[in-house]
Amino acid sequence: MGDILKIEGLNFRYPESPRNAVSDFELSIPEGEIAVLAGPSGCGKSTLLRTVNGLIPHMYGGEYSGDVIVAGSSVKGSSMRDLAQTVGFLFQNPENQIFMFTVERDVAFGLENLGVPREEMRSRVDEALRLLRIGDLAQRAPHELSDGQKQRVALAGVLAMRPKLVILDEPTSLLDPKTASELVTLVARLREELGTTFVVVEHRLDLLVGVADRLVVMDGGRKVLEGSPRDVLFGDDAEAHGVAIPAVTRVQKALTESKGGRAVAGGLLTPSELASAVEGRRR
Amino acid sequence: MIEFRGVTFVHQNGVKALDGVSLRVEAGEFVALVGENGAGKTTLVKHVTGLLKPASGSVLVDGVDTKEASTAQLSRKVGVAFQNPDHQLFSETVEEEMSFALRNFGFSPELVRNRVTWGLELFGLEEYRKSSPLVLSGGEKKRLTLACILAWDPQVVILDEPTVGQDSIQKERLAGTIQMLKSAGKTVMVVSHDIEFLWPIQPRVVVMKGGRVVGDGPSADLMQDRDLLGSARVAQPQLVEFYQELHRRPGTPFVHALDAARWAEESLQP
Repeated sequence: MGDILKIEGLNFRYPESPRNAVSDFELSIPEGEIAVLAGPSGCGKSTLLRTVNGLIPHMYGGEYSGDVIVAGSSVKGSSMRDLAQTVGFLFQNPENQIFMFTVERDVAFGLENLGVPREEMRSRVDEALRLLRIGDLAQRAPHELSDGQKQRVALAGVLAMRPKLVILDEPTSLLDPKTASELVTLVARLREELGTTFVVVEHRLDLLVGVADRLVVMDGGRKVLEGSPRDVLFGDDAEAHGVAIPAVTRVQKALTESKGGRAVAGGLLTPSELASAVEGRRR
Repeated sequence: MIEFRGVTFVHQNGVKALDGVSLRVEAGEFVALVGENGAGKTTLVKHVTGLLKPASGSVLVDGVDTKEASTAQLSRKVGVAFQNPDHQLFSETVEEEMSFALRNFGFSPELVRNRVTWGLELFGLEEYRKSSPLVLSGGEKKRLTLACILAWDPQVVILDEPTVGQDSIQKERLAGTIQMLKSAGKTVMVVSHDIEFLWPIQPRVVVMKGGRVVGDGPSADLMQDRDLLGSARVAQPQLVEFYQELHRRPGTPFVHALDAARWAEESLQP
């Protein structure tokens, strides 16, 4: 499969800003991947997302060079209307995204805006509700729902547009740990069932690294690290770039580096993997 | 210092957000409130500042019933950084934002200047002194609201989801700030889903579910109670999970959860 997202030599500077928000950025994400974008606050993650969903350059002025290609089309040459059908965007706070009187109307909102015919809209909304297993909420008012349910409603609205690429901006930050881990499981399932590509911005990596194929770390507007989550987190540089190293990985590093100790090799990601590795080495 | 006596609170829509909560937090204690979305954590916190008053029961702050104290009196004692900083920021510049409450509390202009500089430096916000709070990132806004509160030196500091939008470097600084507040004898209450952030700083943990307190104890004990945490939709810290996994395997001696990582290291020495 080809690359769903390609960023080539991208530089962007906001009007009147002294420095580039994104510099010399190159990135290729193959279709069907789950990629995580991490980095310290102010590293340019949000700006990069705006160059993918088209807010830059279509709504924000500034100096733009290089190219962002989504599903084969250059973002700067595509209309916002076309982009809305290719790239879905889930905000950190679902409250910013849901506002209709019923869940069903809310999920249909994007499709109504595009003027999708009635029957087509019906089937797409039903499909999205089914995928997120919220069919029973269809007639409920969104403001009565729990935060986890609201997040699902917002994501259903995004998926009803059948985007090839979905961007999630810190999707778990407002969710309790169990709800957060359910969302991560859901993302993994949607990738399997629909082949959708996900780009997730996240500070809490402990939940996501188990399902992600790629971890990209930004700092100062540049891409500073890229690889499998295991390799990047176990490498020496991630922490210096503000990436939260999961506790398991930190312990494993300490074990490997401790003087005279028997190394526990490989990037381990879960408590159970670490326990097995420790047990195996003791024998 | 802070005492909830059978506190019940019902929202206007009829939802019972607090259902007979009794809880005592001593002066100088560090307490984390955990539990699922909608468990009543933020509602509880709003009772400490007097923003909400109980429908039945009472809340005492420093021996004073919040029903008999004005919000102004309470806010001098209790500083809260709410979850959404946009609800708390309203000034033209960051400097003005920080000065506002200080002037209201009657601090001298010199003290206001000193405190503002101290707060901006503590939270790495000096470069924004003359900027509008609106240009700050989400994480920076959260740090600014915290700086504003610490500048007036309240006895009780409450942080609602302080790690949201913060990278690991900022989280470490925040942990350092909490340690600093503890050693200054402040009472600190943190509402957080971020278990990995809480585990190393070892607060007393209060677990809430459906408007009630369902668990209360030191981190090292409470975080091992997988069933209790699971029922409140709270995850265990990775290191506690690791520790419990090890102990399900034969031949592992009993060590304290806090020592699991060190023990693993020692046991691997040849």
